[in-house]
Amino acid sequence: MASGSEPTVVVDDLHVVYRVYGAGGEKGTAATALMRVIKRQRRPSVREVEAIRGVSFVVNHGDAIGIIGRNGSGKSTLLQAIAGLLPPEQGCVYTSGQAALLGVNAALLDDLTGERNVVLGCLAMGMTPQETKDRYQSIADFSGVGDFIDYPMRTYSTGMAQRLRFSIASAKSHEILMIDEALATGDANFRAKSHERIMQLRAEAGTVFLVAHNLAEIEASCNRVIWLEKGRIMRQGYDVPAIVDAYLEATGGEPRKRDKPQDNTHSAAG
Amino acid sequence: MRERARDQGGPGTLTDDLAPPEVDDAPPDEPLAELAARYRLRPSAARPGVFAYAGQLWARRHFIMGFATARNVAMYTEARLGQLWQVLTPLLNAAVYYLIFGIILGTNRGVPNFLGFLITGIFIFNFTQRAFITTSRVMPDSLPLIRALPFPRACLPIGYVLIELEQLVMSMIVLTVIVLATGEPLTWYWLLAIPALLLQAVFNVGMGLFLARLGAGADDFSQLMPFLVRTWMYASGVVYSIQTIGTLRHHPAISYLLQINPAAVFISLVRNAILQSQRLAAPGSKPFNALKCDLYYHNSKLVYNSAYCHPTITTSQLWLYGAGWAVVALVAGFLFFWAAETRYGRG
Repeated sequence: MASGSEPTVVVDDLHVVYRVYGAGGEKGTAATALMRVIKRQRRPSVREVEAIRGVSFVVNHGDAIGIIGRNGSGKSTLLQAIAGLLPPEQGCVYTSGQAALLGVNAALLDDLTGERNVVLGCLAMGMTPQETKDRYQSIADFSGVGDFIDYPMRTYSTGMAQRLRFSIASAKSHEILMIDEALATGDANFRAKSHERIMQLRAEAGTVFLVAHNLAEIEASCNRVIWLEKGRIMRQGYDVPAIVDAYLEATGGEPRKRDKPQDNTHSAAG
Repeated sequence: MRERARDQGGPGTLTDDLAPPEVDDAPPDEPLAELAARYRLRPSAARPGVFAYAGQLWARRHFIMGFATARNVAMYTEARLGQLWQVLTPLLNAAVYYLIFGIILGTNRGVPNFLGFLITGIFIFNFTQRAFITTSRVMPDSLPLIRALPFPRACLPIGYVLIELEQLVMSMIVLTVIVLATGEPLTWYWLLAIPALLLQAVFNVGMGLFLARLGAGADDFSQLMPFLVRTWMYASGVVYSIQTIGTLRHHPAISYLLQINPAAVFISLVRNAILQSQRLAAPGSKPFNALKCDLYYHNSKLVYNSAYCHPTITTSQLWLYGAGWAVVALVAGFLFFWAAETRYGRG
């Protein structure tokens, strides 16, 4: 593991704002819309949702950062902003290279067969057609969707679609890797496989971010944790169990029982 | 709420081999932007330069092609007849116009081989029309893909135009059969349709990039698009010939403007290529003869007499305008789209 002195990701006072059209507050008839235009009012149903409000931190090479927080606290948004997929409203994210976001919700093209999705996903990630052809079989095998690979993805069960997406996204090794809830995917067998794949990707990547509600997975995989609350950092640091416990306490959960903490050390290899 | 509470606990028992520093990871004192610059970190949402962007697009050409082909296949997967619709759609279009203009109205409006003229115009305009309407919706429609994967966003509108280009190839096969059936001969001139359609495709790509950015904001624009395009269709001589409208004879400036509009230019180029009757009747294709020209305007049954009139615009000028529109649209559309490259994920 490299020394922790070289920053790979610098997040400087990041703000991310979503604009939501069609949020409530208006009857939504043509007449009210016309009155609004005549009175030159701003459309009231355009709401700005500030998902990230002023987050700053520095991540060094070799760090594995767990991001925890309640639903809607801005975890996924933060990762998307780091990956450059969502533009910052204010502030900036600096990275040492293209950050890859490995999310199970990465929607692909539902009308297309699994096979087409694998090929297109690989091409979109910047692989050449030859690389795509070489990797195709291993991706298909890893996903374990079997014969369904020839069917349109809209016929897949949720778990199958997530498995295929994960297999595609993890087919490439990345310098900065961000994993969004991927570990909640699939059945026990696939979870074991995907955990193994993530550890392997972590070994290849310089920096790993992990968003998960599964706190055991965070403790097992991460050496540092960031606790987000309403788009701000509540707490962050290297003492993962202490912060996880504080988070559990704040959200009303029981403190985690750690009977045999030493048993988990294998998963921190990276 | 506690702001950035410092962590006071001891080193984590689970992660000793990851070697945490002794102290908490407070940001260093120097401004973060300078720290990032010192380690040569780049903004993650940075926009590449124009040429670097074009290079990235070229590197993703396989993705663009694959995306276009796959969407084309997917478009009909829910239909029982499947890919057959690629041919059936233009055929049905042609049948409707044949019914209205060929049988019910029975008019030629002073145009020789009016049916071939009409269907050619419809098919060629349809290419631009569909490209415009789909690209103005491409960014909102692809938001999940944009938020999932990093790639140059211009791939999406370009891919959509390529989808329409693939559809156009199907339409052209149908068109060839129809035009030959109306009695037009197959000549070497037909080959000129290929560069004309390529210029039109380049124009559509440029405009598609332009419209994709406009459509990426509020939805109002893509709602308005079908009406704009339909108005444009009636101004572009799809269902009539601008060259030979009597009332425009005394307003040469308006006639000129209508004829240099990009849709009219590309339609005229293709008509001149595949319809011999159009070539022979085109104003200026025979030496000017005031008497015969006048006869044409007074009796539109003498369709070939229009050849003796003065042309508003010659064929070589048409090619220049076509190339000009293609280049201007591509450059302007590309720059306009590129300027907002980092903002497309916001929705």
